[in-house]
Amino acid sequence: MMRIAEALDAFRPHRGDAIVVPGRGGRYWVEQTTRPDLDVPLGDPAMGGHAGFALGLALARPERKLVLFDSEGDILMSLGMLATIAEQAPANFYHFLLDNEVYATTGGQPVPNAKNIAYDRMALAAGYPRAHAFDEVADLARELPAILGRPGPVFVALKVYPEVENSPIGRRRRWQTRTRDQVLADLRGGLRLAKS
Amino acid sequence: MSDAAAVALSPETVLAQMKANGVTDVVWLPDSETNWLFLLMKAEKSLRLVGVSREGHACSIAAGLAAGGKKPLILIQNTGMMESGDSIRGWLLGLNVPVVMMVGYRGWTRHGVTTDTAATYTERFLMAFGINYYLVENDADATRITVAFEEAARTQRPVVVLVGDEYHGFNR
Repeated sequence: MMRIAEALDAFRPHRGDAIVVPGRGGRYWVEQTTRPDLDVPLGDPAMGGHAGFALGLALARPERKLVLFDSEGDILMSLGMLATIAEQAPANFYHFLLDNEVYATTGGQPVPNAKNIAYDRMALAAGYPRAHAFDEVADLARELPAILGRPGPVFVALKVYPEVENSPIGRRRRWQTRTRDQVLADLRGGLRLAKS
Repeated sequence: MSDAAAVALSPETVLAQMKANGVTDVVWLPDSETNWLFLLMKAEKSLRLVGVSREGHACSIAAGLAAGGKKPLILIQNTGMMESGDSIRGWLLGLNVPVVMMVGYRGWTRHGVTTDTAATYTERFLMAFGINYYLVENDADATRITVAFEEAARTQRPVVVLVGDEYHGFNR
């Protein structure tokens, strides 16, 4: 297994000018990024939707890579999204999964059938042309250039340690440094888009 | 042409409204009333169709498309809209997405008496979420679709167009 921060740190040198949707890795990514204007750390607008949001953004901006750090709890809530992504097949879509086998933000309860799901094979079965799975960060770091050097969509399942939050939500450290409105406004600036 | 067809909302009219309002993507899940519209949309080169398997997915996808500068339309049925409650809250209202949702009004009747609870709760659902909506029954009402687009852009919020066609629908 690897820590989420380690996985993100392995990815960081290869980011280039990709748009990054850090999902539940957001609290670590905000401390690592050097291009916040191309990051979309939205927290958790509604569970299960990170992949859909990232797909929409990838379809809207095909000229840039879109890198998503999804979670297994979100994926399990929206398995049908894998079929939609595979059908649209955006070549700029890089779908990483942070699989800690638990609902970490609610105290660490296991997701259903936590230890027996092969998410990479699920993605392939849904129609993704390529999928990978890594337990060790060294293996991920070695393969990342090749993974990101080829067209998407690609699915990359990562086994990560559960970093459980067990304090009341109101007492947790707020990792967001910008409001969602600011994040989206900064993204429009980073992409040089006019306001809708 | 039957009298029913003469007063129905034609798919050509709906497509013309989409084009007139600059829709780039239709994120949708088909229902029993949209088959003919699907054929027209599929043939329209200016539209990208993004099919989903659950209506809530349409909300997050539309939010992403809008964030990237596109103008999506969501096309779903009222049953799926109700299923999508948390996604509407978080992805559309939470991110201030100026999107029009065309929602098939299953069970709708002009006289107000319906045995279909999908219709019973549709407008109550929209009121609970504070989402404004317009009813479109036939071609003469179609300009309300443009009104919805204009309102969504002005308010930076989702606006709903309820398609109340009593199952004459888009089928032919």
